[in-house]
Amino acid sequence: MSDRAVPPGIEPRRARRTGRQTQELVEKSLRRRYRAEMRFRAYGLTAVLLGVGFVFFLFINIIGKGTSIFRQSYIEISVYYDPAILDPAGTRKTEDIRNADFAAVIRVSLKEQFPAVDGRKPLRELSRLVSTGAAFQLQRRVLEDPALLGQREKVWVLASDTVDLLLKGKLDRSTVEESRALSNQQIEWVDALVKQDALELRFNKEFFSNGDSREPEQAGVWGALMGSIFTLFLTLVLSFPIAISAAIYLEEFAPRNRWTDLIEVNINNLAAVPSIVFGLLGLAVFIGFFGLPRSAPLVGALVLTLLTLPTIIIASRAALKGVPPSIREAALGMGASQIQMVVHHVLPLALPGMLTGTIIGMARALGETAPLLMIGMVAFIVDVPHGFTDPSTVLPVQVYLWSDSPERAFVERTSGAIIVLLAFLIVMNAAAVILRNRFERRW
Amino acid sequence: MDQTTTTAEPAQSKTPVVPDNAGVNSKPSGRRSGPVNLASPTDNKTVGQIVAENPVFSCRNVDVYYGEKHAIKNVGIDIAREQVLAMIGPSGCGKSTFLRCLNRMNDTIPNARVTGSILLDGRDIHEKKQDVVQLRAKVGMVFQKPNPFPKTIYENVAYGPRIHGLAADRVELDEIVQTSLQRAGLWDEVKDRLHQPGTSLSGGQQQRLCIARTIAVNPEVILMDEPCSALDPIATARIEDLIDELRASYAIVIVTHSMQQAARVSQRTAYFHLGDLIEVGATDRIFTNPQHKLTEDYITGRFG
Repeated sequence: MSDRAVPPGIEPRRARRTGRQTQELVEKSLRRRYRAEMRFRAYGLTAVLLGVGFVFFLFINIIGKGTSIFRQSYIEISVYYDPAILDPAGTRKTEDIRNADFAAVIRVSLKEQFPAVDGRKPLRELSRLVSTGAAFQLQRRVLEDPALLGQREKVWVLASDTVDLLLKGKLDRSTVEESRALSNQQIEWVDALVKQDALELRFNKEFFSNGDSREPEQAGVWGALMGSIFTLFLTLVLSFPIAISAAIYLEEFAPRNRWTDLIEVNINNLAAVPSIVFGLLGLAVFIGFFGLPRSAPLVGALVLTLLTLPTIIIASRAALKGVPPSIREAALGMGASQIQMVVHHVLPLALPGMLTGTIIGMARALGETAPLLMIGMVAFIVDVPHGFTDPSTVLPVQVYLWSDSPERAFVERTSGAIIVLLAFLIVMNAAAVILRNRFERRW
Repeated sequence: MDQTTTTAEPAQSKTPVVPDNAGVNSKPSGRRSGPVNLASPTDNKTVGQIVAENPVFSCRNVDVYYGEKHAIKNVGIDIAREQVLAMIGPSGCGKSTFLRCLNRMNDTIPNARVTGSILLDGRDIHEKKQDVVQLRAKVGMVFQKPNPFPKTIYENVAYGPRIHGLAADRVELDEIVQTSLQRAGLWDEVKDRLHQPGTSLSGGQQQRLCIARTIAVNPEVILMDEPCSALDPIATARIEDLIDELRASYAIVIVTHSMQQAARVSQRTAYFHLGDLIEVGATDRIFTNPQHKLTEDYITGRFG
């Protein structure tokens, strides 16, 4: 170091260090640096463990509460399709059979099973062991095969939700009779049926094939699942091409000026708009102005498209930006036009990133509840939807509806619906990851 | 090269070559015919013969601006057929920028502006009727860093002919791919693995693949932007041999940082300095008898 480097009038503060002193200083600072690194690692590890712990707890909790949903109590009854009850006029018309009193048939067969029971009140209590859905089950059988009239067969019918709770051990026998859902007499009957092997837990077909119901044992997730599938399919079909086109245009073709800057800022802001605002918008525009049907997957998908577009556009633009400029130059230098360059070279390289953005957007759309409440997808819908304009609900809304229901049997249904929702999410993401890996290329 | 010997040599009664002497014989008549006085370092007018016989490109008064920055200042030069023109100069002197003007790659840079006339076969490449796609099919380019497409070797070469519709059928396409790879001296190395990714090749092979890709479109001119700067000496030697072979069919413009390379592969050399074209002339003459002080300083290693 020359003396000229120091301005005149300012004394050098200390003499030059020896090499040894420098080494000592470095050593000291090294120890400090390593300690800082260790601390940082400890924080990171704690954060990760905490996160994993919470996820683990969540899964255990949901699975613990929800797995019992896969099994449901069924009672085997020997039912005689008495023409005198079901078709007193002897018309054998579908219309008459539809209106026939199948509940009476079930009452009769239950009385046969317990001949000692007598009187209106005990009989009513006895018939409450069987779900009200059982009558519909028998009705469906007879409608399918009218020849069953006048015959006897053994059928497994749904038990009521309280019987189901008792069998699953979720009903405490030791509570006082008055505050218990089942009377002592009913518990006796249940025990008798179990002893006869006429009451058991079997695979819960209803949960996976029914729509919603006020009776927990009849409520199923299939309606909401179909609603989710219709809504998400349409959301994907609408948002993916629109978002990709918008991203490509903005990134590759649009001139850089004040207008495109404004659009960019707005897209980024849209991604942060609370989702319920999109619901209000959908209600005002799609239902109010365009007169589209309420509670329909069509409107739900339109609203969710608005919601997911910014997410996918932002991710896609980032993916396009990530394509190395050398590839663009190579293509242009070969005489490829702008669009050929994009389609042949840039897009294949950006597609994995775009698909990642789409997964994130779709996952958000799948879990979205608030905007769908605004367009009526929160309605109580028993029928399974068969199209984009049928009234329907979606899985997260179904979870919300069930969690709000007073019957205890809905607790396991809520967890069961969450399991189905998560499974749906995993299947969707797995499909996207497989797709993405197929498109992934090295460069 | 010793400066004193060059300048001390008696002038052979040839007047100093003034810039833009249209009609002057492009071949320097006397190789050692340097002027007594070198052009002053502050003089940024081009010395040497900017005119060439049988030119494919003819550029006059070319200016390039990047926004406010004046990157190329009033450059005029001809590029002859079947000849290699080397463009040398220190970093940031504008030689790559000028190269990219020739196939309008500067169009892709926002706020880049090119003025002046660049005639390709007598037609201005900036005129409205000139399609940029057609221009780039006629003027191929090889870049500094080997940049094969992330596709197979075959697809890399077949891409150009395919987008320009040069092959009527599969057989013809196969043929084009094979001859292009052969001309690029790569065929023997890759003929058994045409369907492996181009990125699996070594750096030198990748660069030859890029050259094969360029000649597959059968251009008139090949622009090379420091094609060997990322390669080892052996790969560089192969590329240089290749350039020498290709000279028979194409006009080649090569930007290079290596003066030895310029001396080895080119017949004509242009020296750029801070956006000015300082000197143009036959390579032998430039390296033995530069006529501008800046050129001399550069080739004697005084800066750059």
